[in-house]
Amino acid sequence: MDALDASVPTISPGRPFRASVTTFRALMGSGFRRYATYRQATVAGTFTNIVFGFLRCYVLLAVAAGTVGATAGGYDARQLATFVWVGQGLLNVVGLWGWVDLSERIRTGDIVADLVRPVSPVIAYLAADLGRGGHALLTRVGPPVLVGALFFPLATPSRWLTAPLFAVSVLLAVVGSFGCRYLVNATAYWLGDARGPLVFWTLGSGVLAGLYFPLRLLPDWLAVTLWVATPLPGLLQTPLDVLVERDPPALQVGLVALQAVWAVIMLALAGWVQRRAERRLVVQGG
Amino acid sequence: MIEMRDLSKTFTVRVKAGRLRREKRTIAAVDGVSLSIGRGEMVGYIGPNGAGKSTTLKMLTGVLTPTSGEVSVCGLRPVPQRTALALRIGVVFGQRSQLWWDLPLRDSFRLLRAVYRVPAAEHEARLRRCCELLDLDGFLDIPVRQLSLGQRMRGELTAALLHGPEVLFLDEPTIGLDVVSKQAVRSFLGELGRTGDVTLVLTTHDLADIERLCHRLVVIDHGRVVHDGTIEQLHARYGSRRRLVADLDSPLPPGFVLPGATMTGTEADGHRVTFTLESITAGAAVAALVTAAQVRDLSVVEPDIEDVVARLYTDGRSAEGRSAEG
Repeated sequence: MDALDASVPTISPGRPFRASVTTFRALMGSGFRRYATYRQATVAGTFTNIVFGFLRCYVLLAVAAGTVGATAGGYDARQLATFVWVGQGLLNVVGLWGWVDLSERIRTGDIVADLVRPVSPVIAYLAADLGRGGHALLTRVGPPVLVGALFFPLATPSRWLTAPLFAVSVLLAVVGSFGCRYLVNATAYWLGDARGPLVFWTLGSGVLAGLYFPLRLLPDWLAVTLWVATPLPGLLQTPLDVLVERDPPALQVGLVALQAVWAVIMLALAGWVQRRAERRLVVQGG
Repeated sequence: MIEMRDLSKTFTVRVKAGRLRREKRTIAAVDGVSLSIGRGEMVGYIGPNGAGKSTTLKMLTGVLTPTSGEVSVCGLRPVPQRTALALRIGVVFGQRSQLWWDLPLRDSFRLLRAVYRVPAAEHEARLRRCCELLDLDGFLDIPVRQLSLGQRMRGELTAALLHGPEVLFLDEPTIGLDVVSKQAVRSFLGELGRTGDVTLVLTTHDLADIERLCHRLVVIDHGRVVHDGTIEQLHARYGSRRRLVADLDSPLPPGFVLPGATMTGTEADGHRVTFTLESITAGAAVAALVTAAQVRDLSVVEPDIEDVVARLYTDGRSAEGRSAEG
């Protein structure tokens, strides 16, 4: 066993930042590959997104058609259709629902394996989640947008700023959504099982992130309160508003900045909760 | 390499104490354990279910915060310096997996190289060596979820060693494995222990693991260390003796006494006798026996560690019963 010596080497001695980037990238790759394994699930999920896309699109277009000037919440028909079809794809990129990895590992006690690694669980799960988001971006956005474009007229961005701002906004939405999901899952540290909070999250996030209907349909005071006081509009509504150019450029930049603030807050909160949880941790199951 | 002084961990549980009332009860999972383990030692850490073995291991790896006492591993304090410690220790939890469930074993190893920041050449060398000793080549490209328990455990061991840890903690690494897989795991660990580079702490219920691998045995019960020493010392302490079993053509003459031994059994109308050897060697006992009767067959039975440990656990439980009654 001469090769199994007891030294502690590093990939880039003296370059900790570079080594951290390598580790983060590898973990991102693992998230990507993990989801790439389940091709049939990807196809089934995409099909479901398309079916619900039709439902949502017809309802919102009907709402718009019944208004003066055929606009609803400040969106015209093209913007609404784009909002729905891109939203159906983005839903998976953001990963609003279905992420129970952390709570399951806490419930079964497998979390112990994460805690004996030299990487913080928040960072490790964030990297893997960005990989998951990358996989969803490549596989889950195209089909609903394509189907939407075949059946409805969609809006195309007219400002140069829109594309880079949308890219940044999507990235921040994934990070913000990860922070929220991590916190919901982490309740399992205290409750033993996060199923209750997860049901609450599924119901709440769908409404308050702008999935079921654009939040601009709500009274202004409520929409503004949601934007400022919660991270939820930043998870879906903001990137979609940026893409359909719902607001002037300055306001859009402001909304993305707000999204960034919330993403940072949620990540910091996730890190704090994780540290608190570790102090009172009881590993379940011996 | 590992130091524990008065290490304790208590858990608070709520138990039903009436229709609506619940009562808080404090349970001491580990109760004042003091141990010192040197570099390259192979220590078996055993005890009945709920004795506090896994809890100790989790405190040593920085996963659980001790309620009181001091602990240091590789000169580091496990909880506050968990990340630094993780680079220097390897951990296998027999009932948990540190591999990525959906990815092939090879990908899990590649990821661990990135997580532990191991240079490619060293990673390759260690992986090659593990593949050789644990025969991994046949299933390196199969997703972990499709591996058999034995294959997964061999993968887990490799995963714990790829970064060249100084201390290896193994929590029931042979649990649920078939005979062949157990054998593979044991011979691998034996090989690892022979180099003296890695300190090994092994918890198990399978005492054959301990007999084959560990010179030092620590027995814990109800959170306290009840034995710390070699297996031989355990036998000596609990009066385990070798036994001489003889098949005879005719029974021994009435009143036959074997000095330094006690007859502890007769079977088949006296045609099979068992002597427990106390202060006589097996050779002298055989010599005395053949002068007294025609011996057809003889065997010397070594003391069984399982019996000793079972007695140790039972003694612990009766002591607990007595103290509860008192």
